[in-house]
Amino acid sequence: MKNKFGVVVFPGSNCDHDAYYALKKIMKAEVNFLWHKEHDLQNSDVIILPGGFAYGDYLRCGAIARFSPIMNSVIDFANKGGIVIGICNGFQVLLEAGLLPGVMIKNKSLQFVCKDVYLSVENKNTIFTNKIGNGKPVKIPVAHGEGNYFADTDTLKSLIDNNQIVFKYASADGSLSEESNPNGSTENIAGIINKNGNVLGMMPHPERACDPVLGKTDGRMFFESILSNLN
Amino acid sequence: MFKAKVLIKRRPSILDPQGKAVEKGAVHLGLNNIKDTRIGKFIEFTVDTNNKQAAEKEVNDYCNKLLANPIMEDYEFTLEDVK
Repeated sequence: MKNKFGVVVFPGSNCDHDAYYALKKIMKAEVNFLWHKEHDLQNSDVIILPGGFAYGDYLRCGAIARFSPIMNSVIDFANKGGIVIGICNGFQVLLEAGLLPGVMIKNKSLQFVCKDVYLSVENKNTIFTNKIGNGKPVKIPVAHGEGNYFADTDTLKSLIDNNQIVFKYASADGSLSEESNPNGSTENIAGIINKNGNVLGMMPHPERACDPVLGKTDGRMFFESILSNLN
Repeated sequence: MFKAKVLIKRRPSILDPQGKAVEKGAVHLGLNNIKDTRIGKFIEFTVDTNNKQAAEKEVNDYCNKLLANPIMEDYEFTLEDVK
């Protein structure tokens, strides 16, 4: 049986179809959309909270989406060990929901940043990254105005101690510097997991780096990791 | 019934890139004495109860769970009896 992905659709989501397309057409997985007013996760094996501007990002990014009916089911699912991935706005929703630690603030440059970046894989021992091969940084696009990850000293220490930092913004050769940090994130953080390793949040968009027609396919390794761990 | 006025401020330890950008506008206006601009939120609403204690509890819940993110923001509020 094919593995089932559920892509949540909030009012204002705009990368839901990108995720659906990459999973269905490129990765050949089964995918369903999950409307924010529903409670039923339709027996999904993996839940994806996609990018966009859920509920207009009013108040704070992700703040209102976090209380939509489907999120109660997503939070239960995550707490029972279900796999949940938040991409971009989805990451912000996971932070607001308290499924991941820290907060997101405006990019240091104050500009909306939309470009390809390189990510170093800081933790290869996760269900999201163990098929990302050869140790080289992966090329994945970012597109956000509020991706400046902030965590206080204690939270940051806990993230490091528990090996929860999964992706960092790097240069093409893998080195980490301020120049390779597109938004001012603490420690160049681009993606983190929870302590149990079943919830991942990342600002870059792997779903936009799957179809060769878009000029890059490194995102496939991310989805291949998840699929290989489900089978 | 009470009228609630909530003021939400970003914690001093959290950077405020928006405040910094707005302050650059002040410089362009020739307002050279403006320093430390920080942008918060002002929210007002009514609380439909005559019990002040209940109103305070509900406003605190609203602030803690939705209006403010306690990781990066502090809030304060006033309640005015408007009968």
